[in-house]
Amino acid sequence: MAARLAVSRWRAAPSAAGRGPLLSCRRWSGAKADTVYDVVVSGGGLVGAAMACALGYDIHFHDKKILLLEAGPKKVWEKLPETYSNRVSSISPGSATLLSSFGAWDHICNMRYRAFRRMQVWDACSEALIMFDKDNLDDMGYIVENDVIMCALTKQLEAVSDRVTVLYRSKAVSYTWPYPFTMADSSPWVHITLGDGSTLQTKLLIGADGHNSGVRQAAGIQNVSWNYDQSAVVATLHLSEATENNVAWQRFLPSGPIALLPLSDTLSSLVWSTSHEHAAELVGMDEEKFVDTINSAFWSDANHTDFIDSASTVLQSVVGFLRPTKVSARQLPPSVARVDARSRVLFPLGLGHAAEYVRPRLALIGDAAHRVHPLAGQGVNMGFGDVSSLVHHLSAAAFNGKDLGSMSHLTGYETDRQRHNTALLAATDLLKRLYSTSAALLVLLRTWGLQATNAVSPLKEQIMAFASK
Amino acid sequence: MWGGRKLSSFGNRFLGVLRSRCWSTQAEGARLTSSAENQVSWTPQTKPWVFSEYRIMWFKSCRMTFACLNRMKIYRYPWRRLYSTSQTTVDNSEIKTFLALAHRWWDEQGVYAPLHSMNDLRVPFIRDNLLKTVAHHQSGKPLSGMKILDVGCGGGLLSEPLGRLGASVIGIDPVDENIKIAQHHKSFDPVLDKRIEYRACSLEEIVEETAETCDAVVASEVVEHVIDLETFIQCCCQVLKPGGSLFITTINKTQLSYALGIVFSEQIAGIVPKGTHTWEKFVSPEKLESILESNGLSVQTVAGMLYNPLSGYWHWSENTSLNYAAHAVKSTGQEHPVPAEFVFKGETEELRDKDSTNPGVQEELKK
Repeated sequence: MAARLAVSRWRAAPSAAGRGPLLSCRRWSGAKADTVYDVVVSGGGLVGAAMACALGYDIHFHDKKILLLEAGPKKVWEKLPETYSNRVSSISPGSATLLSSFGAWDHICNMRYRAFRRMQVWDACSEALIMFDKDNLDDMGYIVENDVIMCALTKQLEAVSDRVTVLYRSKAVSYTWPYPFTMADSSPWVHITLGDGSTLQTKLLIGADGHNSGVRQAAGIQNVSWNYDQSAVVATLHLSEATENNVAWQRFLPSGPIALLPLSDTLSSLVWSTSHEHAAELVGMDEEKFVDTINSAFWSDANHTDFIDSASTVLQSVVGFLRPTKVSARQLPPSVARVDARSRVLFPLGLGHAAEYVRPRLALIGDAAHRVHPLAGQGVNMGFGDVSSLVHHLSAAAFNGKDLGSMSHLTGYETDRQRHNTALLAATDLLKRLYSTSAALLVLLRTWGLQATNAVSPLKEQIMAFASK
Repeated sequence: MWGGRKLSSFGNRFLGVLRSRCWSTQAEGARLTSSAENQVSWTPQTKPWVFSEYRIMWFKSCRMTFACLNRMKIYRYPWRRLYSTSQTTVDNSEIKTFLALAHRWWDEQGVYAPLHSMNDLRVPFIRDNLLKTVAHHQSGKPLSGMKILDVGCGGGLLSEPLGRLGASVIGIDPVDENIKIAQHHKSFDPVLDKRIEYRACSLEEIVEETAETCDAVVASEVVEHVIDLETFIQCCCQVLKPGGSLFITTINKTQLSYALGIVFSEQIAGIVPKGTHTWEKFVSPEKLESILESNGLSVQTVAGMLYNPLSGYWHWSENTSLNYAAHAVKSTGQEHPVPAEFVFKGETEELRDKDSTNPGVQEELKK
């Protein structure tokens, strides 16, 4: 997805003159000869396409006109490629439910995905670990390649093309917003001008165009954002030996978390967030050295100190005394043998949160509204959660004959999602900062904190429930 | 009742004080209404205030309000006598009230905000009761194929949602300005433009041409503004097809509705524009039911509605002492109107009995 974003940004560069209108908010009072769409979704990524799909299949939207604008070309697969893509997402059960509500999950099941049942998260500076699993060994989540999800969504969009129109290679260059309420001859709809000069009108504009959202900038919505001093390196790895591979592994190194996500019996996906220099080094180094670095990152205890070790042993024995059945020993992830050629890519990380998710006739979803560190695997799940909530509110509004761009139900969506997303963003940011240090006091606190959380099952269940919505 | 024209000198002084206090807000009001100035002619006394500012001043106006309340009450009566000699159900004094605020219909946070949020109750009420009469409906357009007459449609606040749900709506209102605003607002949406038709006329004027053609007649927040309720209901009944539905929402005539609906809402808090309602014209559900039944309409539901001014939302309630909604159905047979009503009532009673005595019935069967 980063590659696609980069491509679309590159495309916009020649039309640099379009930058101006993108940032200004112009008022429209012109002719009304264009088609009036009920909903236009700007941005055809995972979240935007899911939004268009969900609306297209919604029972109360059967006579509405929906448009999806995507700047990139249509991706068609003759058949599933053999090599796995290096961009994968961890799909929570809640997101899987959304995808199955409009039939995309069946396509994913027919292609490929990997369910994982356990997740082990542990510290590099101590023995502390936390093991998440569901009591009945249900699937905790699914690792699916982004391309596979995109293909499934595209297939479902094609099936409902009488209601949802998809315009590929169309980038909106400017938006014009309506006045607060009808004045003279001003049109009450949002006007969008595309790159090829054509214009269209819509009753509701949904911005799903990524963390550099043009829609958000054009609306003048404030965005709290900062860049992390970290980049993420992704790669597809071949394991030394075939295993059951249904566990997700994440270790917090002082430089950043390294995660191994299962793709198949012999393949796993790497997501290693580390400093910019180290990330560049990792992408550049030769294959053998890269594999050794990964293995030692997971196995080496070089960052352990005696003080912390003894402190954690103390708490561990206390926990063992109180709840003898709940002591879990640290397990080691499978060792890596090879890395897929040309699968090593890096992209920068940051945090972002829009101050408002909605304006009259405008709603932001996905990365346009919030951008998060991948350490919790929640980025796309938050986006799918936005889609669920917004579709729920829009569906109820459509069944009540309401004007889709009316603030009364849009603020309902905003309240729902801001509450959830703000908490998750704050928690993720806190974890990232907490685990970025090897200062003894913080290591001690986080060691004890992690061990205590691991021992308290109801707390773990709450965390899992919150993250799987 | 509206503005300074009809009030006593005491009332004028009262308004004068308030006017001077909100002189600064009038400038704001002027900006918002500048485009509408050519549509409505104003005298300085009747310039509408920005009601959100007015709400802040209620502390000061409280004292004066109670003092001049009695005076206002007295002056209502002679004024009403002047206009009650017309043949129609339209009250010309009411027309003036609505004329003053015609351009504010579609401001969802403005003076008509409570009416906008009432749609959350009345549209599902109408939609669900109409859907009961059909076997299956088109998803996306549940009311398609239905003809609805919206009497006193105002700016089209209720006609548009019903149009969006697929119904063919005819909206009528005696105030020309309202129809103009409604036409203008729907003209931007090509789908609504085809489904809704607006006419500036009164109900009596279109009774002949629309006799027995409508599946539903909606008179929402209207019957408390008409002069002759009996004639109004008769006309509604004539327009309905046999088996058609009449939906009415209005305000009850109780002490509570005077205290909260007139004193608090209009004079103190400014939730409703001053002079919109006259307590004498409020209709109690019992009176409404008797008029409906005597015209061959059998009452199906009467439900209370409550407005929360803090949240801005309406709720259904058991209590009908303030606002309430009623649904009545025109009897299908001409020869035996009474048994038809009886069948309806009997059916609903039977269903109620079934619910309550289900365990009882099962026990009997066991025996």
